[in-house]
Amino acid sequence: MKEYKLALSDEILLQVEKPARYIGNEVNAVNKAGDPKVEIRFAMCFPDVYEIGMSHLGIQIIYDMLNQWEDVWCERVYSPWLDLDKIMRQENIPLFGLESQEPIRDFDFLGITLQYEMCYTNILQILDLAQIPLRSVWRTGEHPIVIGGGPCVYNPEPIADFFDIFYIGEGETRYRELMDLYKKHKKKGFVREDFLREAACVPGMYVPKYYEASYHEDGTLASFGPIYQELPKSIAKELVEDISHTYYPMKPVVPFIKVTQDRVVLEIQRGCIRGCRFCQAGQLYRPVRERNVDVMKQYAIDMLKNTGHEEISLSSLSSSDYSQLEELVNFLIEECKKRSINISLPSLRIDAFSLDVMSKVQDVRKSSLTFAPEAGSQRLRNVINKGLSEEVILQGSTLAFQGGWNRVKLYFMLGLPTETEADIRGIAELCNKIAAAYFETVPKEERKNGSVQIVASTSFFIPKPFTPFQWSPMDTREQFIEKAQLTKKAVREQINQKRIKYNWHEADVSVIEGLLARGDRKLSRVIETVYRKGCIFDAWSEHFHYEIWLETMQEYGLDIAFYTTRERSFEELFPWDFIDCGVTKAFLLREWKQALEERESPNCRAKCLGCGAARYQVGVCMEDRCTGTA
Amino acid sequence: MRVRIKFSKHGAVKFIGHLDTMRYFQKAIRRSEIDIAYSGGFSPHQIMSFAAPLGVGQTSNGEYMDIEVNSHQGSQDMLKKLNETMVEGIQVLNVVALPDTAGNAMASVAAAGYTIEWKEGYQPLSGLKEQVAAFLEKENIFVTKQTKKSELTLDIKPGIYELNAKEDRLYMLVDASSKGNIKPTLLLEALYDLAGEELNPLSIQITREDTYTDIGTTVPQFVPLDAVGKEF
Repeated sequence: MKEYKLALSDEILLQVEKPARYIGNEVNAVNKAGDPKVEIRFAMCFPDVYEIGMSHLGIQIIYDMLNQWEDVWCERVYSPWLDLDKIMRQENIPLFGLESQEPIRDFDFLGITLQYEMCYTNILQILDLAQIPLRSVWRTGEHPIVIGGGPCVYNPEPIADFFDIFYIGEGETRYRELMDLYKKHKKKGFVREDFLREAACVPGMYVPKYYEASYHEDGTLASFGPIYQELPKSIAKELVEDISHTYYPMKPVVPFIKVTQDRVVLEIQRGCIRGCRFCQAGQLYRPVRERNVDVMKQYAIDMLKNTGHEEISLSSLSSSDYSQLEELVNFLIEECKKRSINISLPSLRIDAFSLDVMSKVQDVRKSSLTFAPEAGSQRLRNVINKGLSEEVILQGSTLAFQGGWNRVKLYFMLGLPTETEADIRGIAELCNKIAAAYFETVPKEERKNGSVQIVASTSFFIPKPFTPFQWSPMDTREQFIEKAQLTKKAVREQINQKRIKYNWHEADVSVIEGLLARGDRKLSRVIETVYRKGCIFDAWSEHFHYEIWLETMQEYGLDIAFYTTRERSFEELFPWDFIDCGVTKAFLLREWKQALEERESPNCRAKCLGCGAARYQVGVCMEDRCTGTA
Repeated sequence: MRVRIKFSKHGAVKFIGHLDTMRYFQKAIRRSEIDIAYSGGFSPHQIMSFAAPLGVGQTSNGEYMDIEVNSHQGSQDMLKKLNETMVEGIQVLNVVALPDTAGNAMASVAAAGYTIEWKEGYQPLSGLKEQVAAFLEKENIFVTKQTKKSELTLDIKPGIYELNAKEDRLYMLVDASSKGNIKPTLLLEALYDLAGEELNPLSIQITREDTYTDIGTTVPQFVPLDAVGKEF
């Protein structure tokens, strides 16, 4: 039998934690070693540890799509954990693709998915370990083309120096064109500049080094645009028009070790009709597009068979809005029962239907209900356009308590625009009312399974580009901490306080996330320096070093407050404005003004608000109810 | 019906730990659509038990697991279906039906045979043959075993059923029962100790050759765990 040659020696693999992270060879991993048809080697990277990266559906979609093409071999790369990172640096071992175990510096492309801002230093770790120069301008013809994708590319400016190309939008649409262009250039003798110049004209592609920014004296952006005439001034996102008939990984890679999402994931729809004003995904993936329910049923059966997973989960921003939910869920319950498969149903609105479904697929005694009111008062929920009223929450809770549940989880944000002390107290009061509803609903003698438990968690609000709140100042670290203290105190003042547990997210990392989310090109040097000082895995609180970020900002004469707490004017040109994400800036501004007036807006199915996404002529925009004017 | 499955594990998959190997097989059985029996409840699990855990880094020619099936189309069919879903490095070698009298895989384990080889770039223990001979002449071989709470001194000599050196390899057949399990490295450390040297655990490759059960009535008689079952 052919021995599979590993990049790392036995000595190293036996020294590091979880060596199975680095050996590849998993079920459904694609190995095209020695295949003469392969012309392009592609490394697809999730810049975090294997267990996180392997849980991501987007990478599996792209991996599957690229490997369906016989001229491309796509492999996976994840961030080596700190133990291996150290050994690879000491012994000068180049970072490798999991499938071939060969150095990725010799590949044609390195794709990096950008799912959250706090992975930015890990991008540099990947490049560094791969022995690829960190900045695009330092790379030559022998280096791979480094291409970024994912939600963070909607403001790619803080990491602009490190990428050759950003792919703006959904990955299913333009890779074939890009691969063909690459092959054309390879045939005639590859010249990096020539390829990038032409790639920059492919729709959705942004080549940051061909764009220039100039600034006003106050540091805000004065102008931004391409340095060559043929390049687009504005880059429109890519969008899959027919979401039911596109690439989907029917044979996703099955990891050996336990990962965060160790299950079949069915993406039932893309986008969201709700329009919560803090939510970036709700704007970026417009218009909402549903997948055909019969296609979903077939995928479920095939993927369970191909992976052997014991659980299946639905994925979408708001599953309750999927019009065929009932049919799909009933089908899954029946099929999964036959096969002893667990069903996990996240992001369901709590109502009679969902409670009925949940009681069929979960052990009521062990599971909990989840609500995400996000804000403590109706006033503030109107500001953020979260159409979840106190009445609905209490009704849902009462129904659930009657059904035997007694655990409730609630998610809130602190630091939302216009927030007052009364809104914060509202968090505690809402928790108290839910506890009271339990005592009213469940008579004493029926409280067998312990009393009610309410867990309230708060995170800090971080304004994101392409949301109505992109103009909003963010709170300072001190305000965050003060607000968490106030929430805690208010919880303790409630009659049912013993039934309420309160958790809050750390403030430091939220400040830096806020900095990077609305940052500009000036931050590239900061990120590089922070990395050179030893920061990686910033998303892991035990490895996050706030003081190094602060100190480095100072060294470059930059002020965090400029990026985070500053009030932005309606007229300000934002670093991400050159991207056309489908919704217009005018729409976002209208929504910002509505928010400041504490007015709710209807969802896409109730009424079209003319956000701009109707121009794609797909999904919800084509439904009867919708009288779109874009 | 209870079925015993024998498999081997070589190459890169030697870095997959025991629990993950179990998870791997749970998924493999689903992929092969074997009609395995499940426990009841909200999270049903497959009725499956493994014989003896294999350490990370060790390879094997004789691993075993028992499963319970509701229906089947014969052992050859099951063997074929399982092998169609395996990754490189794991191969199903045998599938047999167990008689009702057979104990479960884990309780049945009495002994295991291991081959020790020294990896490229490392030297075997000098004078291996002579050292083994001297080692076996001792009446008692005391070792200290680290348990969760304390250190335990025990005599491993009675648990060494066979130990011989062939050129640059060492073969041992030792007690692997739940009561008296002797890890190969424990024996090797004692051997090195006697020779006045220290074992570098990274220098050796351990391969479990087979796992045995004892069918002797008065004197031990070791047979591979699948010998107690029949093709079906």
